Amino acid sequence: MRNLVIGAVLVGLIVLAALISFLWTPFDPTQVDAALRLQGPSGAHWLGTDRFGRDLVSQLMVGARTTLYVGIVAVGVAALVGTPLGVFAAAGPRWLGEIVLRANDLVLAFPALLLAIMFGAAFGASTLTAMIAIGVATVPSFARLARASALQVLSTEYVLAARSAGRTGPAISVRHVLPNIAGLIIVQCSVSFGIAVLAEAALSYLGLGTQPPTPSWGRMLQESQELLAVQPRLLIVPGVAIALAVLGFTLLGDGLRDRFDPRLEGARAQG
Amino acid sequence: MIKLESVSRVYRRSRTSAFGPRAEVHALRDVSFEIEQGRRFGIVGESGSGKSTLVRLIAGLDQPTAGTVTFDGQRVNGRSERQLSFLRRDLQVVFQDPMGSLDPRMRVRDIIAEPLVAQRIPGQEGRVAELLEAVGLTADAGRRFPHQFSGGQRQRISLARALAPKPRVLVADEPVSALDVSVRAQILNLLADLVDQFALTLVFVSHDLSVVRHVCDTVAVLRAGELVEIGDVERVYRSPEHPYTRQLVQAIPTLRGALSGVTAEDLIRP
Amino acid sequence: MLKVDGLNIAAGELPLVSDVSFTVAGGERVGLIGESGSGKSLTASAVFGLLSDDVSAAGSVRLEGVDENLVGASENLLSSLRGSRLAMVFQEPMTALNPSMRIVDQVAEARLIHRTVGDRAAAHRDALRLLEQVRLRDVAELGRAYPHQLSGGQRQRVLLAIALANDPDVLICDEPTTALDVTVQAQLLDLIVKGAKERTAALLFITHDLAVVATVCERVLVMYGGRIVESGPVAEVLTAPEHRYTKGLLDASDLETVDEGGRLHAIAGAVPAAGKFPSGCVFRNRCPRADEQCEVSPPWFGEPAHGHACWHPVGGDA
Repeated sequence: MRNLVIGAVLVGLIVLAALISFLWTPFDPTQVDAALRLQGPSGAHWLGTDRFGRDLVSQLMVGARTTLYVGIVAVGVAALVGTPLGVFAAAGPRWLGEIVLRANDLVLAFPALLLAIMFGAAFGASTLTAMIAIGVATVPSFARLARASALQVLSTEYVLAARSAGRTGPAISVRHVLPNIAGLIIVQCSVSFGIAVLAEAALSYLGLGTQPPTPSWGRMLQESQELLAVQPRLLIVPGVAIALAVLGFTLLGDGLRDRFDPRLEGARAQG
Repeated sequence: MIKLESVSRVYRRSRTSAFGPRAEVHALRDVSFEIEQGRRFGIVGESGSGKSTLVRLIAGLDQPTAGTVTFDGQRVNGRSERQLSFLRRDLQVVFQDPMGSLDPRMRVRDIIAEPLVAQRIPGQEGRVAELLEAVGLTADAGRRFPHQFSGGQRQRISLARALAPKPRVLVADEPVSALDVSVRAQILNLLADLVDQFALTLVFVSHDLSVVRHVCDTVAVLRAGELVEIGDVERVYRSPEHPYTRQLVQAIPTLRGALSGVTAEDLIRP
Repeated sequence: MLKVDGLNIAAGELPLVSDVSFTVAGGERVGLIGESGSGKSLTASAVFGLLSDDVSAAGSVRLEGVDENLVGASENLLSSLRGSRLAMVFQEPMTALNPSMRIVDQVAEARLIHRTVGDRAAAHRDALRLLEQVRLRDVAELGRAYPHQLSGGQRQRVLLAIALANDPDVLICDEPTTALDVTVQAQLLDLIVKGAKERTAALLFITHDLAVVATVCERVLVMYGGRIVESGPVAEVLTAPEHRYTKGLLDASDLETVDEGGRLHAIAGAVPAAGKFPSGCVFRNRCPRADEQCEVSPPWFGEPAHGHACWHPVGGDA
């Protein structure tokens, strides 16, 4: 319960910051002003400015959009492709399952970074190509998890009971398998969300992700790396934002899993 | 009603080495018998006897490697799920594990209605209420989840689900072996009542010959996939013909026997 | 040999075992009967000093020749007793054996841990002899196997061999045959009785099966709702029960006697979840004879070793 609340608050803050940034930011996050370079926190610039004189708070707020956008698209691609694939590999004919597994291994063996570079080369480096690359690279982890947990559900007596009740394969997958693996998938989503946020930061840092001047937490890190010794604030601010985002999504996932499990209902009432 | 002719089922173990043949497990070997309508037919066997495989074959949930299974003159094996609708309506199964056989994420009313939904039988709501009453559960039980019930109540839910499509045959696979002794008698009584009330043919699978003796009129004894003895349950219990059945009957500890001086050693004395 | 007095076990505020007292003499075989939630396994764990950290125990468990109370004793003392003077056979043999260690080594280790023998070779010889004693065949070959390569019955025999390795004074068996087939169960029961007899060990045999208790034991303790509700010699308790629960249990497990309607004598309701038993007499919410008097906890009637806790006993009902 506490996980859920803390996670929801952290994620809620990010969402709020992103939403507000559409209407208002303290400054234009892309506005360069040499006179305001590397200023410390002040009444006007709450977290100071970077080496181009841009306001950090404004950049964080707009960067939150990028973060959410990346997370939602990357995790969406991974979950929406990976989960049905995994369930299909478990419930479908054996040979099809084998093919899915092998394809999975292939993607898994392929370095995600290389994939992102290839996507970047083919479609041009942008936030969208970065997150699709991250999503594609994350598909196997969903497919594997979905297949393993679906196999477990398929071996239960309630699935046997459903078959003898007259349910056919697709109905069993939808009515019994999906609801029973949903909890695990949700947790996987939140973990992957964290990883996607990190990966976007890493790709942007390498110049393969979000392109200037669009603010992104990863790019904030990249642009300030030489200043680590003199102005650590410039790295700490986006670093802490990324860490809190990852933490928030992980806690939210844990909390949601517990919330959605009817078996824990009694325990919750007691505890 | 249900007829098995020379049924065998071989499972192939997954490969343990890259070379050499896959290990084969003969779950059933050349089993033939017939269950007549209206019978209370018991199937007794220890672990590895093939009794669970037999249940799956009869219920059309698994395919025999050889032989045929027929229900009411219609072949069960080798048919697609679509072609088995006659079986799904007329034959229902109650499984052993009262927790594992109920989907933890479904409400009881949805669990009981599942055969009706799957077979597109109308009038679900009324039927669920009727069934809850028939198995001795209150109407509000429908809104709850399986984990909120005791083992005996869950087995009542399983029974209600099995009876939903008004089957003619009920297959019960070890329905009381996971229950407390003080609850077992209730469920056995309920089962007997339902079999009477709905004129069901009962196939009752158990490792416990004394339970089968109470419930059934006919018994088939399985050992390591083979049918070793079949006949009237009292006859088999009192004067078993096959040495294995004798051993089985002798090994059952009974209160009466123990109180009249039967020791553990007597249970295994050749 | 073993004396349990006023044993109470609770999980926080939730009482799980209340005021359990009994003794088992050397060479005596005592059955502890109960359904799920009766507290019988917890009682066994308390005697064996294996209670988990989330429950607390009070009262006393005393072993002859040991001055200290085993409840609350140091882990050092307990581990020196476990496997030497106290031994236990569990219900699930797979989890009680080390999956990555050969059978014979596990039995030999039982001899080595308590320094019963000096060297490995002697321990190994003893292990083979013990495996033979539990009538396993081809022990030289079987000893080299790993637990997963054995059948359930074989594994349970190995556990018994380990339990008997150091000639314990107290042997506790917690549902040792529940997971086994009847023919295998019969063999194991015979081995347990013989193993205990040969060592004149005190046997505490825990089960839910009345017929098994009657076959194995001389005395029986009936537990329900964390309390001992009746105790006495098997021949008396199981033929002329006093407590209404014992009577109900006997009737419910008797599959040969039915009423006029051909129905078994069932006990109403279900066994409550742990901690959900009623106040007063723990059986009163399912008892056909319960009245206002039963809202008060019944005292113990009769001898400590032969009596019951029922306001309206079967024999003495007006």
